[in-house]
Amino acid sequence: MSIDLSQFIPSFLEESFEGLELMESSLLDLNQDSDSETINSVFRAAHSIKGGAGTFGFNDVTEFTHHVETLLDEMRDGRRTIEPDDVEILLDSVDCMRLMIEAVRDDVTCEDEKIAKTSILLQKTLGSHDDDASTDEQPQNTAKNNEATTSNSCWQITFIPQHHLVQTGNDPLLLFNALADLGQLSVVAKVDGLPALTDMDAEELYLTWQLELKSGCSEDDIKEVFEWVEDECELIIEQQMQELDDSPVIESEEVANPSPIDINPSLPEKSLEVELAASKPSEKTASKAKPDVGSIRVGVDKVDSLINLVGELVITQSMLSELGNDFDMSKTERLVSGLEQLLQNTKELQESVMRIRMLPISFAFNRFPRLVHDLSKKTGKEMELIIKGEQTELDKTVMEQIGDPLVHLVRNAADHGIESAEVRIAAGKPAKGTITLDAYHQGGNIVIEICDDGAGINRDIILAKATEKGLVDAKAVLTDSQVYDLLFEAGFSTAAEITDISGRGVGMDVVKRNIQSLGGRIQVESVQGKGSTFKVNLPLTLAILDGQLVKVGTETYIIPLIAIVESLQAKSDLINRVSGDMVLYRLREDNVPVLPIYQLFDLTAECKEVDNALLVVVEADGQKVGLMVDDLLAQQQVVIKSLADNYQQVDGISGATILGDGSVAMILDIPGMIALAMKIGKENTASIIQESVGENA
Amino acid sequence: MNIQEMAKDIPVEGEHSLEGIDFITNGEQYLTFVLDQEQYAVDILCVEEIRSWEQPTKIPNAPRYVKGVINMRGIIVPIIDLRLKFTIGQPQYLETTVVIVLTFEHDHKSRTIGFVVDAVSDVLNADEGDIKKAPSFGGSMPQEYVEGLINVGDNVVTLLSVQALQTIEQHQLHA
Repeated sequence: MSIDLSQFIPSFLEESFEGLELMESSLLDLNQDSDSETINSVFRAAHSIKGGAGTFGFNDVTEFTHHVETLLDEMRDGRRTIEPDDVEILLDSVDCMRLMIEAVRDDVTCEDEKIAKTSILLQKTLGSHDDDASTDEQPQNTAKNNEATTSNSCWQITFIPQHHLVQTGNDPLLLFNALADLGQLSVVAKVDGLPALTDMDAEELYLTWQLELKSGCSEDDIKEVFEWVEDECELIIEQQMQELDDSPVIESEEVANPSPIDINPSLPEKSLEVELAASKPSEKTASKAKPDVGSIRVGVDKVDSLINLVGELVITQSMLSELGNDFDMSKTERLVSGLEQLLQNTKELQESVMRIRMLPISFAFNRFPRLVHDLSKKTGKEMELIIKGEQTELDKTVMEQIGDPLVHLVRNAADHGIESAEVRIAAGKPAKGTITLDAYHQGGNIVIEICDDGAGINRDIILAKATEKGLVDAKAVLTDSQVYDLLFEAGFSTAAEITDISGRGVGMDVVKRNIQSLGGRIQVESVQGKGSTFKVNLPLTLAILDGQLVKVGTETYIIPLIAIVESLQAKSDLINRVSGDMVLYRLREDNVPVLPIYQLFDLTAECKEVDNALLVVVEADGQKVGLMVDDLLAQQQVVIKSLADNYQQVDGISGATILGDGSVAMILDIPGMIALAMKIGKENTASIIQESVGENA
Repeated sequence: MNIQEMAKDIPVEGEHSLEGIDFITNGEQYLTFVLDQEQYAVDILCVEEIRSWEQPTKIPNAPRYVKGVINMRGIIVPIIDLRLKFTIGQPQYLETTVVIVLTFEHDHKSRTIGFVVDAVSDVLNADEGDIKKAPSFGGSMPQEYVEGLINVGDNVVTLLSVQALQTIEQHQLHA
C-alpha cells in the first residue's frame, strides 16, 4: 500500500484514450456480419479501461464501463444480435467514457447530461433483454444491492497496528490517504498506549487509531486498503447506518483479541484529530499530473538505432581524439576522413532524433471514421471514408496543430462536396459518396489530400458571391486557382443553407492561417461534377528547415528550399522593363517580377544590374517572384530560432539561425517579402505584381 | 616577514571585510557606463554580461539605432546603440566599445537585449533616497527613460528606467 498509485495515473489516462479510440474504430466496423474478433477487441478495450479505473478508484468510470461491458458481453456470446441502434448507443457510451476520463484528467467533477442520458439508455437496452441475460446480470445486481445498502453509510474502523508495523515499511498515513479517497474521513489517534519517554523505542509504533469514514463504498473496499497490513494489525470494521439503530455488523480480520479497544473521547488533549478532506489527496495527485509535458511512444527499433548511432559517434570521437594527441601533417588524410565520418554520424543522429518526434499520421486520421459516420447520420447523405497512407510519419507538433484544420476540411467535403443520394444517382454516380484522406511524402514535405467525389466547386457561384461581398471587381478575370483562393477569405461561404456542420464562412480562413503558421500551404483542385481535392503541403518538422544560403552584399540570407522553384542566371534578352522601369523576367510563359533583395532590405549589394544577375525564383501564394542575389552559397539544414523572443517580428523575415561560424543569418519569409514589396514599393514593385496577375489571368 | 605576521593578514570571517567586494550594502547597486561625456547607470541585477563590440547581423529595415542581432550562446540577441537612440555624441565602434547585455524578467518571460555604450565605468551603491528626480525639461533623451539622477562626487549620473529600456524598440515604431 506504500506505493503511490498516483504516479501511474497519467499512463492509465493515456492507455484509456488509446483504448477508447480502438473501441470507436472497431465499433464503426461492427455489424451483423462482422467476425467475433471485432467485438472481442472492443470488449478487451472496455475491460482494460474498467480494470484500470477500478484500480485508481474512479468509480463512476468503472460503473459506467461495467454496463457497456455487459452489453458487449451479450453481443459477444451471441445472446444479442448486433443492431445498428445498439452500436449507436455504444458509440455514445464511448463519448461518455471519454468525457469522464477527461474529467479525471482535468480533476473536475463530470456532470454531463449526456452521460446520465446514455446511462439510462444503456440500462434500458440491457433491461429489454433481461430475461436471457439474467444469469449474467446476477453478480452485478448483488453488487448493486450491496451498494444500495451501503450508500451514505458510516464506517467505524478501529485500527490497532502491532508495534513493529512501521518497521515493515508500512505507513499508516498512506492508508488513511487511501481511505480518504473513498469518502469523508475523520481520524482520531489514540495516544493511550504511549509509554514513558524513557521507555520508548523510536522505531516502534505505539499509536492506535479510530477512524470514521462516511462513504458509499463497500466493506471490501475498506479491507482492500488494509490488505497489506492485515497480518500486522488488528482491524475492526463496523458499519453504522445513518439512523444508527441498525445493529452494527462486526467484522474482524483477526479474532485474536475480540474485545474492541476502549474509546476514550473524554481526553481531548490526548487525542489528535485530523480531518482529511476527501478532495485533498486528489488535488495533490492532480497537481502532480497537471504539468502535462506530453509523452511520445517510441518504437524500440527507433531507440535501438539511436543507441547504435551514439555508439558509432563515440568510436569516431575516440579516433579523433587519439589522432589529436599526436598530430602531424602526415596524418591530415586520416583527420579529413575522421571528420567526414563525424559529419555522417551527426547527420544520422540528427535524423534519428527527429524521427523520434515523428508519429504515423493515423494518430490524426483515426478520428475521421467516426466524424464521417456522424456527418452521414446528420446530413442523411450516404458516404464512406477511405484512408490511405496512415503510416506516413509527421512531427508531433505539426500533427497536433493540423488536426482541427483537417476536421474542418472533411466537414466541408461532407457538407458541401457530397451530394444527396438522389442527385448523385441522377448524375450517374454511385449513391454512396466517397471521401478520401491520403497522406504521402513529397520531397521534404508531407502532403495530405482531402478528396471527395461530390459536386465540385462551382466557379460562378463563388465569383458571384465574391463580387457581392466586394472581394473582387466584377470585371476582373480570374484564374481557377485565384477563384478557389477566394474560398479562404474571411466570411466567405457558398453553402446555400447554413447548417450546423458548416456554411457560416468562419473557418476556411482559419484553416489557411493555421496551415500557413505551420509553414505549409493549401491548394485546391476541382472539377465540376467530379469532385474537389484539397491538398495540404506541410513541412515534416517545425524546428529544422532545409535552406539555400544566399549572399547579398555583406549579409547572408536563407531561402527555405520548399519555396524555391528554380535558380537561374538572368539572360538580358529575357528581361523586360515595363511601366516605369520595372523589371519582369520571362520564365517560359510566365512573367516573373524581379525583386532585388538589396532594395527591399535597404542594403548595399555588389550586384545591382539585373543583366546576368542570379535570380532565385520562389513561389508563395501562387505568385512567383525572382529574388535577385549576389551569390548562391551552400544548401544546408538550419535550426529555426525566433526573432520575436527578444526583439519582434520583422516583415519579410520568418526567423533567424546560427551558422557554422557562429554568426546569425536571417531566414526569408517569402509571402512576407512579397507583402513588404507591395507595401513599400507601391510605385514600383507592387504595380508589377498586379500587372503580372492581370497577365496570368 | 615571518610566518606569524603573515598569518595576521589572512582575513578572519566576521572581523575583516574584503575591500571592494562589499556585497552587503544597504542600497541598490548600479552599473555605470559612459555615453560620450555623460555618465549613465542601470540596475546591476539586470546585467547578463558585458561583451566587446562585434559587427552584428543586420535586421532588414530596422531603425538606425538597432544595429542587428548577435548570437549569444545560441540565443538571438538584438543590439541597440544607445548613442544613436538618445542622440548623444558620435557613434564610433572602437576596440573599447562595449555591449552591455541586459535581461529583463517580465510576466515570467524574459527578454535579452544588448546595448552599445562607449565604456563601462564602475559599480555604484545608492540608496533610494540618493536618487533625485530629474527636471522635466531638457535633454534629447525622452523623459520615460530617465528614472532619476544620482550625485556621485561632482558628477551627476542618469539612472535609466529598466521598464522603458525593455520596450525600447517599440517606442520608436509608434513614434
